[in-house]
Amino acid sequence: MTGSSFVYVTYIRAPRQKVWDALTRPEFQKIYWFGGHQESDWKTGSSWKMFMPQHGLTDSGEILESDPPNRVVIKWRNEFRPKLKEEGYSRCVMELATEGDLTRLTISHTIEKENAQFIEAVSGGWPRILSSLKSLLETGAAHGDTRTTAQQAHDGT
Amino acid sequence: MDAVFRALADDSRRQLLDRLRDKNGQTLGELCEGLDMSRQAVTKHLGILEAANLVATQRRGREKLHFLNPVPIFDIADRWIGKFERGRLRALSDLKKSLEAD
Repeated sequence: MTGSSFVYVTYIRAPRQKVWDALTRPEFQKIYWFGGHQESDWKTGSSWKMFMPQHGLTDSGEILESDPPNRVVIKWRNEFRPKLKEEGYSRCVMELATEGDLTRLTISHTIEKENAQFIEAVSGGWPRILSSLKSLLETGAAHGDTRTTAQQAHDGT
Repeated sequence: MDAVFRALADDSRRQLLDRLRDKNGQTLGELCEGLDMSRQAVTKHLGILEAANLVATQRRGREKLHFLNPVPIFDIADRWIGKFERGRLRALSDLKKSLEAD
Protein backbone atom coordinates (compact mmCIF):
# COMPACT_ATOMS: atom_id res chain seq x y z
CA MET A 1 0.00 0.00 0.00
CA THR A 2 1.39 3.40 -0.84
CA GLY A 3 0.49 6.55 0.98
CA SER A 4 -0.73 6.76 4.56
CA SER A 5 -3.99 5.42 5.77
CA PHE A 6 -5.95 4.32 8.75
CA VAL A 7 -9.24 2.50 9.09
CA TYR A 8 -11.21 2.71 12.32
CA VAL A 9 -14.38 0.75 13.00
CA THR A 10 -16.81 1.18 15.86
CA TYR A 11 -20.19 -0.37 16.60
CA ILE A 12 -22.88 1.91 18.00
CA ARG A 13 -26.16 0.79 19.46
CA ALA A 14 -28.28 3.39 17.65
CA PRO A 15 -30.08 3.53 14.30
CA ARG A 16 -28.12 4.52 11.23
CA GLN A 17 -30.03 7.77 10.74
CA LYS A 18 -29.20 8.88 14.26
CA VAL A 19 -25.52 8.17 13.73
CA TRP A 20 -25.63 10.07 10.45
CA ASP A 21 -27.32 13.03 12.14
CA ALA A 22 -24.74 13.06 14.93
CA LEU A 23 -21.93 12.99 12.35
CA THR A 24 -23.31 15.82 10.24
CA ARG A 25 -25.09 18.26 12.59
CA PRO A 26 -23.14 20.99 14.40
CA GLU A 27 -25.20 20.82 17.59
CA PHE A 28 -24.09 17.19 18.05
CA GLN A 29 -20.58 17.61 16.73
CA LYS A 30 -19.82 20.25 19.36
CA ILE A 31 -20.43 17.73 22.10
CA TYR A 32 -18.20 14.91 20.92
CA TRP A 33 -15.82 16.64 18.51
CA PHE A 34 -13.78 18.58 21.07
CA GLY A 35 -16.21 21.50 20.90
CA GLY A 36 -15.66 21.94 17.18
CA HIS A 37 -18.22 21.80 14.40
CA GLN A 38 -18.40 21.42 10.64
CA GLU A 39 -20.23 23.52 8.08
CA SER A 40 -21.56 21.86 5.00
CA ASP A 41 -24.86 20.96 3.44
CA TRP A 42 -23.37 17.49 2.85
CA LYS A 43 -24.32 17.36 -0.81
CA THR A 44 -21.93 16.11 -3.46
CA GLY A 45 -19.75 18.98 -4.66
CA SER A 46 -20.54 21.23 -1.70
CA SER A 47 -17.84 22.84 0.38
CA TRP A 48 -16.92 21.45 3.79
CA LYS A 49 -15.26 23.34 6.62
CA MET A 50 -14.30 22.54 10.19
CA PHE A 51 -14.08 25.10 13.00
CA MET A 52 -12.58 24.73 16.47
CA PRO A 53 -13.41 27.05 19.38
CA GLN A 54 -9.93 28.51 19.98
CA HIS A 55 -8.79 28.57 16.39
CA GLY A 56 -11.65 29.31 14.03
CA LEU A 57 -11.28 27.57 10.67
CA THR A 58 -8.98 24.57 11.03
CA ASP A 59 -9.76 22.29 8.08
CA SER A 60 -11.52 22.64 4.75
CA GLY A 61 -12.41 20.74 1.64
CA GLU A 62 -15.29 19.40 -0.33
CA ILE A 63 -17.90 16.66 -0.24
CA LEU A 64 -16.84 14.23 -2.97
CA GLU A 65 -19.67 11.73 -2.53
CA SER A 66 -22.78 11.79 -0.43
CA ASP A 67 -25.33 9.04 0.14
CA PRO A 68 -27.19 9.77 3.38
CA PRO A 69 -27.39 7.98 5.74
CA ASN A 70 -24.94 5.42 4.34
CA ARG A 71 -21.75 6.99 3.11
CA VAL A 72 -19.97 10.27 2.68
CA VAL A 73 -16.56 11.01 1.22
CA ILE A 74 -14.81 14.23 2.21
CA LYS A 75 -11.82 15.84 0.55
CA TRP A 76 -10.09 17.23 3.63
CA ARG A 77 -7.07 19.42 4.21
CA ASN A 78 -5.79 21.02 7.38
CA GLU A 79 -5.63 24.81 7.10
CA PHE A 80 -4.24 25.58 10.50
CA ARG A 81 -0.79 23.99 10.72
CA PRO A 82 1.49 24.85 7.78
CA LYS A 83 3.30 21.47 7.78
CA LEU A 84 -0.01 19.64 7.65
CA LYS A 85 -1.50 21.98 5.07
CA GLU A 86 1.51 21.35 2.81
CA GLU A 87 0.72 17.65 2.69
CA GLY A 88 -2.37 18.50 0.70
CA TYR A 89 -5.80 16.99 0.55
CA SER A 90 -6.73 13.73 2.19
CA ARG A 91 -9.72 11.57 1.54
CA CYS A 92 -11.98 10.69 4.44
CA VAL A 93 -14.65 8.05 3.92
CA MET A 94 -17.38 7.55 6.53
CA GLU A 95 -19.49 4.45 6.02
CA LEU A 96 -22.52 3.36 8.02
CA ALA A 97 -23.97 -0.13 7.90
CA THR A 98 -26.59 -1.88 9.97
CA GLU A 99 -25.75 -5.13 11.78
CA GLY A 100 -28.70 -6.25 13.84
CA ASP A 101 -29.48 -3.46 16.28
CA LEU A 102 -26.05 -1.95 15.81
CA THR A 103 -24.72 0.58 13.37
CA ARG A 104 -21.20 -0.19 12.18
CA LEU A 105 -19.35 3.05 11.52
CA THR A 106 -16.15 2.80 9.50
CA ILE A 107 -13.87 5.80 9.12
CA SER A 108 -11.03 5.55 6.65
CA HIS A 109 -8.68 8.43 6.11
CA THR A 110 -6.06 8.33 3.35
CA ILE A 111 -3.46 10.67 1.96
CA GLU A 112 -0.99 10.10 -0.88
CA LYS A 113 2.13 11.05 1.04
CA GLU A 114 3.93 8.23 2.86
CA ASN A 115 4.26 8.61 6.66
CA ALA A 116 2.17 11.74 6.49
CA GLN A 117 2.08 13.87 9.62
CA PHE A 118 -1.50 14.73 8.77
CA ILE A 119 -2.57 11.12 9.17
CA GLU A 120 -0.67 10.81 12.42
CA ALA A 121 -2.29 13.98 13.75
CA VAL A 122 -5.79 13.02 12.70
CA SER A 123 -5.50 9.42 13.87
CA GLY A 124 -4.81 10.73 17.35
CA GLY A 125 -8.14 12.50 17.54
CA TRP A 126 -10.45 9.95 15.96
CA PRO A 127 -10.48 7.24 18.69
CA ARG A 128 -11.54 9.81 21.28
CA ILE A 129 -14.14 11.26 18.89
CA LEU A 130 -15.58 7.84 18.07
CA SER A 131 -15.67 6.84 21.71
CA SER A 132 -17.43 10.03 22.69
CA LEU A 133 -19.85 9.80 19.74
CA LYS A 134 -20.69 6.23 20.74
CA SER A 135 -21.32 7.19 24.31
CA LEU A 136 -23.44 10.19 23.29
CA LEU A 137 -25.68 8.04 21.08
CA GLU A 138 -25.92 5.09 23.46
CA THR A 139 -26.35 6.90 26.75
CA GLY A 140 -27.38 10.40 25.79
CA ALA A 141 -24.26 11.83 27.40
CA ALA A 142 -20.81 12.19 25.88
CA HIS A 143 -18.63 10.39 28.39
CA GLY A 144 -15.82 12.78 29.02
CA ASP A 145 -17.60 15.53 27.12
CA THR A 146 -14.77 16.50 24.84
CA ARG A 147 -15.40 20.21 24.73
CA THR A 148 -12.90 20.85 27.48
CA THR A 149 -10.12 18.89 25.79
CA ALA A 150 -10.44 20.88 22.56
CA GLN A 151 -7.15 22.69 23.08
CA GLN A 152 -5.15 19.52 23.71
CA ALA A 153 -6.58 17.70 20.77
CA HIS A 154 -5.66 20.28 18.22
CA ASP A 155 -2.25 20.79 19.74
CA GLY A 156 -1.67 17.10 19.22
CA THR A 157 -1.00 16.33 22.91
CA MET B 1 -15.49 -7.04 25.19
CA ASP B 2 -14.75 -10.73 25.86
CA ALA B 3 -13.94 -11.27 22.19
CA VAL B 4 -11.31 -8.54 22.34
CA PHE B 5 -9.61 -10.02 25.40
CA ARG B 6 -9.71 -13.50 23.94
CA ALA B 7 -8.25 -12.24 20.66
CA LEU B 8 -5.43 -10.48 22.52
CA ALA B 9 -4.69 -13.46 24.76
CA ASP B 10 -2.45 -15.03 22.12
CA ASP B 11 1.15 -14.07 21.37
CA SER B 12 0.92 -14.78 17.64
CA ARG B 13 -2.07 -12.48 17.32
CA ARG B 14 -0.33 -9.76 19.29
CA GLN B 15 2.62 -10.12 16.92
CA LEU B 16 0.33 -9.58 13.95
CA LEU B 17 -1.06 -6.45 15.57
CA ASP B 18 2.52 -5.25 16.19
CA ARG B 19 3.29 -5.68 12.52
CA LEU B 20 0.24 -3.68 11.48
CA ARG B 21 1.13 -1.01 13.98
CA ASP B 22 4.55 -0.75 12.38
CA LYS B 23 3.18 -0.89 8.86
CA ASN B 24 -0.55 -0.55 8.40
CA GLY B 25 -2.52 -1.72 5.39
CA GLN B 26 -0.72 -4.99 4.60
CA THR B 27 -1.95 -7.85 2.46
CA LEU B 28 -2.07 -11.43 3.77
CA GLY B 29 1.08 -12.17 1.75
CA GLU B 30 2.96 -9.25 3.26
CA LEU B 31 1.93 -10.23 6.78
CA CYS B 32 3.14 -13.82 6.25
CA GLU B 33 6.61 -12.70 5.11
CA GLY B 34 9.35 -13.53 7.57
CA LEU B 35 6.91 -14.90 10.13
CA ASP B 36 7.35 -18.34 11.62
CA MET B 37 3.68 -19.08 11.00
CA SER B 38 1.99 -20.90 8.16
CA ARG B 39 -0.26 -18.92 5.85
CA GLN B 40 -3.14 -20.96 7.24
CA ALA B 41 -2.28 -20.01 10.80
CA VAL B 42 -2.02 -16.33 9.88
CA THR B 43 -5.40 -16.53 8.13
CA LYS B 44 -6.94 -18.13 11.18
CA HIS B 45 -5.50 -15.51 13.52
CA LEU B 46 -6.56 -12.63 11.28
CA GLY B 47 -10.08 -14.07 11.29
CA ILE B 48 -10.18 -14.00 15.08
CA LEU B 49 -8.78 -10.45 15.15
CA GLU B 50 -11.31 -9.30 12.57
CA ALA B 51 -14.20 -10.88 14.49
CA ALA B 52 -13.05 -8.96 17.56
CA ASN B 53 -12.95 -5.77 15.47
CA LEU B 54 -9.21 -5.36 16.11
CA VAL B 55 -8.42 -5.64 12.42
CA ALA B 56 -10.42 -3.98 9.65
CA THR B 57 -10.06 -4.96 6.02
CA GLN B 58 -10.51 -3.02 2.81
CA ARG B 59 -10.31 -4.00 -0.80
CA ARG B 60 -8.05 -1.80 -2.87
CA GLY B 61 -8.17 -3.02 -6.44
CA ARG B 62 -7.49 -6.75 -6.38
CA GLU B 63 -5.83 -6.62 -2.98
CA LYS B 64 -7.37 -7.06 0.45
CA LEU B 65 -5.57 -4.84 2.93
CA HIS B 66 -5.58 -5.32 6.70
CA PHE B 67 -5.63 -2.38 9.10
CA LEU B 68 -5.10 -2.24 12.82
CA ASN B 69 -8.28 -0.94 14.42
CA PRO B 70 -7.33 0.41 17.85
CA VAL B 71 -10.84 1.60 18.72
CA PRO B 72 -11.86 -1.40 20.90
CA ILE B 73 -8.58 -1.15 22.83
CA PHE B 74 -9.10 2.56 23.23
CA ASP B 75 -12.61 1.94 24.57
CA ILE B 76 -11.26 -0.49 27.17
CA ALA B 77 -8.54 1.90 28.28
CA ASP B 78 -10.98 4.77 28.29
CA ARG B 79 -13.35 2.96 30.59
CA TRP B 80 -10.87 2.80 33.44
CA ILE B 81 -8.60 5.73 32.82
CA GLY B 82 -9.91 8.95 34.30
CA LYS B 83 -9.87 12.21 32.39
CA PHE B 84 -6.88 13.62 34.20
CA GLU B 85 -4.85 10.46 34.56
CA ARG B 86 -3.62 10.37 31.01
CA GLY B 87 -0.80 12.84 31.54
CA ARG B 88 0.55 10.96 34.56
CA LEU B 89 0.25 7.62 32.84
CA ARG B 90 2.06 8.90 29.76
CA ALA B 91 4.88 10.28 31.93
CA LEU B 92 5.20 6.94 33.73
CA SER B 93 5.17 5.04 30.46
CA ASP B 94 7.85 7.31 28.97
CA LEU B 95 10.02 6.85 32.06
CA LYS B 96 9.67 3.08 31.89
CA LYS B 97 10.60 3.06 28.21
CA SER B 98 13.66 5.21 28.71
CA LEU B 99 14.86 3.08 31.64
CA GLU B 100 14.32 -0.17 29.79
CA ALA B 101 16.09 1.08 26.69
CA ASP B 102 19.47 1.45 28.49
